[in-house]
Amino acid sequence: MFAFIVRRIAQAIIVMLIISFIGFAIKQSFGDPVREITGVSVSAAEREKIRDELGLNDPFMVQFGRFMQGAVKGDIGRSFFYKKSALDVILSKAPATLELVMCSALIIVIFSVPLGIYSAIRPKALFSRFVMGGSIVGVSIPVFLTAILMIYVFSVELHWLPSYGRGETVNLGGWRTGFLTLDGWEHLIMPSIALSSIMLPLFIRLIRSEMMEVLENDYIKYAWAKGLMPKRVWIVHAFKNTLLPVITVGGVQLGTMIAFTILTETVFQWQGMGFMFIEAVERGDAPLMVAYLMVVGLIFVVVNTVVDVIYGLVNPQVRITGQK
Amino acid sequence: MQPLLDVKNLSVEFALRQGPLEAVKNVSFSLNKGERLGLVGESGAGKSVTGFSIINLISKPGYISNGSIMFEGQDLAKMPFDKMRGVRGNRISMIFQDPMMTLNPVLTIGTQMIETVMAHMDVTRKEAEEIALEKLRKVYIPSPRKRLAQYPHEFSGGMRQRIVIAISLLTDPSLIIADEPTTALDVTIQAEIMDLLLELCETDNMGLILITHDLAVVSEVTQRIAVMYAGGIVETGSTRQVTETPGHPYTQGLIAALPQSGAAGDRLTQIPGAMPSLMNMPAGCPFNPRCQHCTDICKQELPTLKENKSGILVACHHADKV
Ligand SMILES: Nc1ncnc2c1ncn2[C@@H]1O[C@H](COP(=O)(O)OP(=O)(O)OP(=O)(O)O)[C@@H](O)[C@H]1O
Ligand code: SF4
Ligand SMILES: [Mg+2]
Repeated sequence: MFAFIVRRIAQAIIVMLIISFIGFAIKQSFGDPVREITGVSVSAAEREKIRDELGLNDPFMVQFGRFMQGAVKGDIGRSFFYKKSALDVILSKAPATLELVMCSALIIVIFSVPLGIYSAIRPKALFSRFVMGGSIVGVSIPVFLTAILMIYVFSVELHWLPSYGRGETVNLGGWRTGFLTLDGWEHLIMPSIALSSIMLPLFIRLIRSEMMEVLENDYIKYAWAKGLMPKRVWIVHAFKNTLLPVITVGGVQLGTMIAFTILTETVFQWQGMGFMFIEAVERGDAPLMVAYLMVVGLIFVVVNTVVDVIYGLVNPQVRITGQK
Repeated sequence: MQPLLDVKNLSVEFALRQGPLEAVKNVSFSLNKGERLGLVGESGAGKSVTGFSIINLISKPGYISNGSIMFEGQDLAKMPFDKMRGVRGNRISMIFQDPMMTLNPVLTIGTQMIETVMAHMDVTRKEAEEIALEKLRKVYIPSPRKRLAQYPHEFSGGMRQRIVIAISLLTDPSLIIADEPTTALDVTIQAEIMDLLLELCETDNMGLILITHDLAVVSEVTQRIAVMYAGGIVETGSTRQVTETPGHPYTQGLIAALPQSGAAGDRLTQIPGAMPSLMNMPAGCPFNPRCQHCTDICKQELPTLKENKSGILVACHHADKV
């Protein structure tokens, strides 16, 4: 198991290097940093001198090495617009996004597991057909449409819920949280439902189809033949085996969810990383865009590594090969 | 004496879209305490469906359409789910064909044994574990305590089937139904597993229904035999009598096809043709398209089981002539 984890972490580092390389390449092709520093009134010769001093005339790989050195220390460039470290900007926006993703993930897990299991073991029940039909509708409505519809119904017409922003937040040692105020929760409801609206139906369908496949196995028939309680057959014998493929797909889908945060945050003007990214694009703030890509890349890689390790814990076969 | 298991007029249907398919037709047999019965026949004859119907665990969309299954004084065919659950794996244990598929890959052997004990007996985990250890020793698994913490893939096929046998012994059942317990195993260990099963049945006086298409195995292990063809029993009697003087043309064909029956160098006599599909059964005797003794009555009337001159029950119009 230890060897397995080490191997996965090594892979993660390689992936991060590639992401950094791409980020750096984008940065290199965007604008001229000297012009940003000096303006237009400086002569070409003087500019060349500054370029030399800044090391901008060094070979590409040398510059990349320097970029990586900075990145490891947390220096991934400065935002043109905010005039401060891009990482600081992102870190100040991260809590909003993370709280949104956490709530959505919670909604997804709480609803997809029981609904998926139920519709797998009772595929013909009216309720299962209803869930399956509903999930098709859910998948096919785009997130921004769900969001706008919700805003129209619950904010504009009914005035039940606020339509934008995070509401009242509390600063907990640098982490601005909306979890501690009622207002914060009210603002969180619609964005997190909107964000989960695509993944939830996908996960219900995924759990259902994987579970139905597992239920066909001989070891399930054998579990019944041993006279076990139905709950034990379904949860311990069937669902535990269903978990393996679901974890794999789930890890990949988390990445997709990050893409959807951009949409959701924009519609609800949620002050998170996704909204910040759209603003950075509009303002042509290249260093901030690159920094965003790298941070999101890092989150993605970390999540996938953790998912793989969890997979290894659930699946005894992986654990054994890891020992060798 | 009341038999341990008394199956009467059992029929099993599959509710298919094209209409019901009768996979088991009017089957009757019984088993005394500690008796071993072999259920033989070609692939698709209905052996497994018959075996699983005893614990009412027929794959969907199958169901028992008729008949009774009396076991220890109760009719299993009409038993509600909760009571049936208490019989399965408790009074009647099953052994499946492929131990690779039978054991759950993500649960330890210990978990899969202990859960079975705790589903049927009022014991603590610790006591359940002791029972599991005792049974593992009975099937000659070395260092059983260490084995409890291992997963199925850490065992060879033969070891796995030993574990499945140990699981079937956990609650000291009075009947074991083994559906081709050695077919999936390496040829070299098939006999070993069969001998173990026989030994355990004899020492614990357990009843055994052995489902197989291997007549040689049946004649070594069982005392009585029932030959199935196209969903029905065509011949049943003591194993020795049936194998030595088979009464039904189908059984005769099966035995003639055994390698050791002819002198060395003889060609194997195969029964010509194939078993008819359940979807379009011939009228009269289901064996008639393949039978060399077939006459007009065979194409019109379904023969029923009758005692022939050697005292075997045979379902053939010409039982005493063939
Ligand atoms: N799930 C099912 N759905 C529809 N029909 C089935 C199903 N299971 C079995 N049958 C029917 O029942 C018949 C008997 O099947 P069964 O599995 O009992 O045969 P068997 O004698 O055990 O053969 P084998 O030696 O191949 O195991 C099959 O030919 C098939 O037509
Ligand atoms: S009834 Fe007729 S066809 Fe059927 S086995 Fe007997 S002789 Fe053959
Ligand atoms: Mg079978």
